[in-house]
Amino acid sequence: MRYKLAAISFAVAGLLAVSLPLFAHHGYAAYDTDKQVTLKGTVTRFVWSNPHCMVQLDVTDESGHVAHWIAETENPSAMIRVGWTDKSLKPGDQITLTALPVKSGAPVGRIIEIVLSNGQKLPGRINPSNEVKPDDSPKL
Amino acid sequence: MLKHLIFPGVVMAALIFSLPVRSQTDKPRSPDPTEPGLDGWGRPITPLPKDRKSAPAPRHDISGIWDAGDTSGIQPLGAKAAPDDGKAEHQPPYTPLGLEMLKLTKPSNGTRSVLPGENNDPVFTYGDPQGFPREDLYELRSTQILQRPENVVILYQFAKVWRVIWTDGRELPKDPEPRWYGYSVGKWVDDYTLVVTTIGTDERTWLDRAGRPHSADLRVEERFHRTDRDHLELTVTIDDPKMYTKPWVALDKFVFDLQPSSFDVREMIWSPSEYEQYNKLMGNSAGGKDSH
Repeated sequence: MRYKLAAISFAVAGLLAVSLPLFAHHGYAAYDTDKQVTLKGTVTRFVWSNPHCMVQLDVTDESGHVAHWIAETENPSAMIRVGWTDKSLKPGDQITLTALPVKSGAPVGRIIEIVLSNGQKLPGRINPSNEVKPDDSPKL
Repeated sequence: MLKHLIFPGVVMAALIFSLPVRSQTDKPRSPDPTEPGLDGWGRPITPLPKDRKSAPAPRHDISGIWDAGDTSGIQPLGAKAAPDDGKAEHQPPYTPLGLEMLKLTKPSNGTRSVLPGENNDPVFTYGDPQGFPREDLYELRSTQILQRPENVVILYQFAKVWRVIWTDGRELPKDPEPRWYGYSVGKWVDDYTLVVTTIGTDERTWLDRAGRPHSADLRVEERFHRTDRDHLELTVTIDDPKMYTKPWVALDKFVFDLQPSSFDVREMIWSPSEYEQYNKLMGNSAGGKDSH
């Protein structure tokens, strides 16, 4: 029963969370702009490099299965303007990551925000004002 | 039963709506940063106060370290004044040949975006230089301008490239060998406006991130106008009769803020090895192929 309640709650939450984000930079067409996911996991790798910084993290579900996620944000020159540095994350850090998932269903996302275990927040660069739907036809 | 259903639902909803990714338009977005931005030396960047009264611009002088802000110069959808956002008024006036050439480019941004693995942007596919005028129309960030009696030198943050604009009165070359960044001459048209004309750019380059094409006949005008001591405006006009039926404005009075002379411009180089790493870890994953 509790599982059913939890499932209903998450379904409700999921419906509430449906939204249209995304700031296009690379691989824009790959992302599902109608969804977002929240992941709690352990950082296994932080890549502070161009063209985009990336975070790899292991997310363990209730059954003990570990999913290996990777999420990208923008380049270091952009991220250092919003409070990130090359030392923001390191392997072993416990984080909560909110991201846009890819359409393919792979464990891949684009970072909306990361919250560190000490509460510090690292914003991504998702801005709806920069949104463009990749399936819009160009009017030539 | 109902209580049990409602309570966890309310808790989850409260948690979700308390996330700072909700905006007034109910679209999720990243929260505003709480930390100051840093320059290349790790020093905080202090934005110019909005109400600051600037001193008048010096005569015939656009030298300085100019910052375009952290996002306004990225132009991910193509030229800022003509982004590929699906709006008819933002589409350049293509000739039939221009449209044919446009169809050959496959950008990973904008309305014609393709999956990362299908992208044929020469910068990301081959590691080609951006060339000119794309250096003005994609990833335009902190920019240093050095000025000497005979020329103006522009140092771009992105890819750490420079251009020399000759102001010694020379003419543009006739039928020049193409160069990635072309050949540029500049002339002061009034005390505060330097107009730069560039020709001879390499046809392999895209005009912008949206894959707009150009021919060898491309002629670009840059108008640098220093409105006061602290602000510089840049307008870029594209003139290429083979690809476009008339000249069009790609950048319209784009504003730079003057930074202190101690401002250190951060290095921003997209090396082929880093790009390969990105594609291996991220690009293929995002494209639905085998990944990390």
